[in-house]
Amino acid sequence: MEHYEIIIIGGGPAGLAAAVGAREAGAENILILERDRELGGILNQCIHNGFGLHTFKEELTGPEYASRFIEQVEEKGIAYKLDTMVMDISGDKIVTYMNKKEGMRQIQAEAVILAMGCRERPRGALNIPGYRPAGIYSAGTAQRLVNMEGFLPGREVVILGSGDIGLIMARRMTLEGAHVQVVAELMPYSGGLKRNIVQCLDDFDIPLKLRHTVTEIHGRQRVEGVTLSEVDENGRPIAGTNKFYSCDTLLLSVGLLPENELSRELGVELSSVTSGPVVDDSLATNVEGVFACGNVLHVHDLVDYVSEEAALAGRHAAQFVKGKEEKWKGGKKKVPVIVENGVRYTVPAFINPKTMEKEVTLRFRVGAIYKNAFLSVYLDGSRVIHRKRPVMAPGEMEKVVLKKEWLLLADGLKNITVKVEEA
Amino acid sequence: MERKLTCIGCPLGCEVTVELAGEEVLSVTGNTCPRGEAYARKEVTSPTRIVTTTVRVEGGMLPVVSVKTKSDIPKDKIMDCVRELQKVTVKAPIQIGDIICEDVAGTGVSVEATKNVKMDN
Repeated sequence: MEHYEIIIIGGGPAGLAAAVGAREAGAENILILERDRELGGILNQCIHNGFGLHTFKEELTGPEYASRFIEQVEEKGIAYKLDTMVMDISGDKIVTYMNKKEGMRQIQAEAVILAMGCRERPRGALNIPGYRPAGIYSAGTAQRLVNMEGFLPGREVVILGSGDIGLIMARRMTLEGAHVQVVAELMPYSGGLKRNIVQCLDDFDIPLKLRHTVTEIHGRQRVEGVTLSEVDENGRPIAGTNKFYSCDTLLLSVGLLPENELSRELGVELSSVTSGPVVDDSLATNVEGVFACGNVLHVHDLVDYVSEEAALAGRHAAQFVKGKEEKWKGGKKKVPVIVENGVRYTVPAFINPKTMEKEVTLRFRVGAIYKNAFLSVYLDGSRVIHRKRPVMAPGEMEKVVLKKEWLLLADGLKNITVKVEEA
Repeated sequence: MERKLTCIGCPLGCEVTVELAGEEVLSVTGNTCPRGEAYARKEVTSPTRIVTTTVRVEGGMLPVVSVKTKSDIPKDKIMDCVRELQKVTVKAPIQIGDIICEDVAGTGVSVEATKNVKMDN
């Protein structure tokens, strides 16, 4: 059976940065498996700018950002297969894949990096009653159709959900000549970045209706309109607030879900909060030699942070292959990160103070909007971070950086606690 | 005259009010930091944006290629820019950085490709 040191599942931003990180840390024999016809993943359809401010100190579009990493992969001679679908990963790291040229094949890895990304929550998950007419798209599907396939999916558009892709598509459809009537958001706040609300909605006078949802989709063959209703604090439609919007297209931007079917079958422990693998500070899962990074781990706002996280996973996978990682044997020494009061989760969820790098970045989201609150980190009883934040919102990922020396100094450390403390 | 804006400097998203006499900014209120004032002054006097869109491709692996204005252009030229680019067709192959249009909508700004598109075999 063909053998690789590291097999990376997915050639999007996470997979590419993981491959580069692994090569730079000394791994020689790396293979990326990608199901699309080209490398780059979702970046290829994100033609707007704003990518790379942290990584490259300039504002790039999605395809430009991807190409920077694709060039590095090519220069370093890292192997990849396109149009290739991974069907299974076994506990002893045999990867089964299929493509048109080779049929079904099995290859052996010493380490596997999960970088499959996420997918959009579909209509079926929303329980909107009505028929199933043509004209209902997830925002990302519409984005691919417009930006890569050259089709405009509709002319009169209503968008449900104010996630960033929905906002970006409100602008994109407008520029292409469609009329975007309204963006409806169930929550009392948008899940998208402020900058996108201003530059994608306000710039084009597109109204954002908070606390509103679609309660009926009209039309049998093609969407003929939708009914929007205001909702109460429990998200239930309020009687008498129905309003009909005549439209031929409904875009859904209602959340992203890490795509972990392969991980689940492999026996990787998944978090019920993120739907992604539970990992330690080296981004290792509970299955020895299996690492995870990018949106398959938890959904990010900025690709820059995906690249950073993925490079870390690549580095640790390379060290694992070289036998430098001893922490699996000493797994009991890991210190759990406990989340309280407003902090929903952290990635990583465990830290090994002895084997961690000089610092570890904990990334997480809060569960509500907090103004002038503090982000605090406790090592058992003692507070090591108490940082004032003017505002925190579920739509913007937060982070704290822990130093190795702090953790080593805390004798017999049992728990690390991250929480929001109000002033 | 009064104009209300949402600052995009940070997630706080301050509602900033700008008092104007013609082109002249009399006051900026509602911002919590200096970035808010700088943003508001620029937005009311000369708002600009980078524009990204696609143009048609002949003989390529993809039917369209993504493009961007090389620098920001006046906000009120966005639609003119996009309409002009809708009429443009380019031939594959295309490299990132290839100039698609020299002076879009009279702004003096050129438009360049942001994706490599190979020829269709």
